[in-house]
Amino acid sequence: MKSDVLIIGGGLMGACTALYLAKRGVKSIVLDKDHSGRHASGVNAGGLRKLNRNPAEIPLTVEASRIWSHIQELVDSDCDVKLSGQVRVAESDADMELLETRAALVRELGYEHEQMINRDKLYELVPALAPHCLGALWCEDDGFARPYHATTAFRRKAESLGADFHSHTALNALEREGDNWLASTHMGEIRAPVVVNASGAWGARLASTIGDQIPVKPGAPTLMVTERLPHFIDPVVGAASRKLSFKQMQNGTVIIGGAHMARLDMVNERSEIDYRTMAESARTVTTLFPQMADARIVRFWAGIEGFTPDHIPVIGPSINAPGLFHAFGFSAHGFQLSPVVGRILSELILDGQSSLPIEPFRADRFPTG
Amino acid sequence: MKSHYPLVIIGAGPAGLAAATTASEHGIETALLDEQPAPGGQIYRNIESMPTQRAELLGSEYQRGEKLVQLMRSSNTHYFSDASVWSLNGQLELGVLHQGRAHLIHADQVIIAGGAQERPVPFPGWTLPGVMNAGAGQILLKQSGLVPSDGVVLAGSGPLLLLLAWQYLNAGVDVKAVLDVQPMSNWLRAAPYLPKALLAHHYITKGLRYKRDLKAAGVLTRHGVKDLRAIGGGHVQAVDYIHRNKLYSIKTPLLLTHFGVIPQTHLSRAASCAHEWNTAQQCWRPVNDVWGATDIKGISVAGDNAGIGGARTAEHNGRLAAFNAIHQMGHISQGERDKKAKKDLRWMKDELLIRPFLDAMFRPPSIMLTHPTDEEILCRCEEVTAGDIRKVLEEGHQTPNAVKFHTRCGMGPCQGRQCADSVAQLIAYETGTNPRDIEPYRVRPPVKPITIGQLAGMEQNSEE
Ligand SMILES: Cc1cc2nc3c(=O)[nH]c(=O)nc-3n(C[C@H](O)[C@H](O)[C@H](O)COP(=O)(O)OP(=O)(O)OC[C@H]3O[C@@H](n4cnc5c(N)ncnc54)[C@H](O)[C@@H]3O)c2cc1C
Repeated sequence: MKSDVLIIGGGLMGACTALYLAKRGVKSIVLDKDHSGRHASGVNAGGLRKLNRNPAEIPLTVEASRIWSHIQELVDSDCDVKLSGQVRVAESDADMELLETRAALVRELGYEHEQMINRDKLYELVPALAPHCLGALWCEDDGFARPYHATTAFRRKAESLGADFHSHTALNALEREGDNWLASTHMGEIRAPVVVNASGAWGARLASTIGDQIPVKPGAPTLMVTERLPHFIDPVVGAASRKLSFKQMQNGTVIIGGAHMARLDMVNERSEIDYRTMAESARTVTTLFPQMADARIVRFWAGIEGFTPDHIPVIGPSINAPGLFHAFGFSAHGFQLSPVVGRILSELILDGQSSLPIEPFRADRFPTG
Repeated sequence: MKSHYPLVIIGAGPAGLAAATTASEHGIETALLDEQPAPGGQIYRNIESMPTQRAELLGSEYQRGEKLVQLMRSSNTHYFSDASVWSLNGQLELGVLHQGRAHLIHADQVIIAGGAQERPVPFPGWTLPGVMNAGAGQILLKQSGLVPSDGVVLAGSGPLLLLLAWQYLNAGVDVKAVLDVQPMSNWLRAAPYLPKALLAHHYITKGLRYKRDLKAAGVLTRHGVKDLRAIGGGHVQAVDYIHRNKLYSIKTPLLLTHFGVIPQTHLSRAASCAHEWNTAQQCWRPVNDVWGATDIKGISVAGDNAGIGGARTAEHNGRLAAFNAIHQMGHISQGERDKKAKKDLRWMKDELLIRPFLDAMFRPPSIMLTHPTDEEILCRCEEVTAGDIRKVLEEGHQTPNAVKFHTRCGMGPCQGRQCADSVAQLIAYETGTNPRDIEPYRVRPPVKPITIGQLAGMEQNSEE
């Protein structure tokens, strides 16, 4: 088989890259060792968050936010996007100070999307919140979407424009052959001049086979979801000094996260929930939303994601090999960025440069040794 | 509750009771956990506080449980009632909710003896109020002596259906009809196993006696019933069915159905034990050997949880698992284990003679399992119909987990207990595969309800 571009990984990054390439008439083959959306992209918390991003990510997240707010135009599906805002609450004076510093930093960088709000405004936005909070950092047009639906919508749209997805097809080996890459899979060999490594938590493993040593480690953030509850909250809630992400979905269930890690067995791709951290998460919830104490937990789960030491992704050309681009290590916040990452990769491949600043995401930024 | 026990047994039915008594007698510190308020399991539910009269109408088999419970009570077993296990993993860590308090405990050996659940079989109208599982009817009878006051129709297949009809008859209930959906062809399927089955006569004679009594009382009994439907607006009003190509309708405010039982596989699946599709029993069960050992070190299964075998078999199963656990912990040699288990091993051999007959005989009609109409709801929690599932199958999502992602089928509070098998069978049928080759839903904890508040309180009391 031959293709213009071969994409390894059918998650959001792979699917969005295929989509943006296809929009410009370039065909790609997308391989997934499981199926599109089986890993991080299908099971994440669906948070569309600009709030509190690393400054390096701000240009990307702002552009991504614009795309999400018109997502129907891109993928012919609304992906169940709901943009009801996000708050990061302060529970002490120290928290307030932290958030104010942050707001000032974002302002200085020339952005307006993170605003301090006072106590009154906070309780107007989130009446269900426990009464001890003092104020919050607020991003009006943050929100959430349904991840598996979004991934499916991106894939379908890419397919309709000619992208060729293969599930249950692992990349077994990758080597140079003249000006091409030669990929071996159980379906046979695939030749392509350009390869995209969008293999998520497996990204560093793939990178090392072509000589790029990138210190991205797999981890398994845990989420829990409750039974359906009557509608009681609109914005997503986080906290300045606690690990929390709290949102009520359209169907009434509440998804609770906070970067608590499960024990991961990468060989079998299985994770064991660490209930001590889940108990901590539950205490955070009952502190901020005491009325949640009686809500039944329907499910705990963890997804596998790649984490970089500095918690911002790797996006850009390979360190050592020509015609290969990396996009992985999104450190549990890549869902929101995905459309913009797909666009950037298509630009790198077709134009040789990105329209947005990606210098901070260089693959060779990590100290060696 | 301590944070560690050498042996933890989940379920205080015949398998768990026998296992706990055996292990405790051998000096093993054993915790026996059961979510019910009293020991006995499904079959011997409420046995310790049953009024004599009600016990009599439940039959002699029921009273057998009294002795099992007494033996466990007089052993050193740490028995915890009102203790539901909401999580079990491959490291033998258990999440337990005991009297409303969450604990995290560890074990060196775990025996899962959580029993069976009724096989959920969708049919038109099965979600109407007034249509219930026969098992729920039986629980009401055992727990509180409640019986239907305005009469009942019983429909389905399997021994429990007959037993409940007989128990209701003895309790003076108006049993309007017993509608047996087993296809006549089951007789043909079962016939080759019959001679061997006769050797294990206690099953057969019991069944015949129920039948005789029902007939003598003039209860309408139909065999080979087809196209069962519950009819009604807000509540069931009648049951329609076809018998010998004729349509019948019976007015009733209550329809109890039963289509046999299948192993509860949620805990063993959460612990990532290997499972296999059992074609004869039309269900998944944990892969396990004669001792009940699964492929996960330290975890074994016993009783109906290991594969449907009934109460007597469960006792033997439980003892076998206990002997093996005691051996695994180094307290007895392999030779000693085999010697002690001799009687139980012999029983299991006999059991193998009768089981194929019963499996073939009571097999629900495959058309009910594989051909739900598009309007029929398979997932009651998320209200997903067979039609919804066929739609995503057509779109190319042809595994239970993909169907689940796309439709939310199996993602509700019952965690797929009600739809796992019907979805797999529908997919198998529609895609022309065997359920054997289909990967079932991945099971996510908690496998039993726990609230945010209960989880929040966990850390503080796990070491008490
Ligand atoms: C629990 C959890 C919650 C999260 N919550 C949020 C959130 O609220 N907001 C947010 O913005 N982000 C969130 N994220 C992060 C987000 O999900 C990820 O950053 C994003 O989905 C990454 O997409 P991906 O395509 O890189 O990875 P993936 O979706 O993991 O895709 C990589 C794919 O590559 C395939 N693959 C790997 N190796 C090979 C090979 N050799 N051959 C073929 N295929 C291969 C894998 O099977 C996989 O499907 C969360 C992540 C997790 C785990």
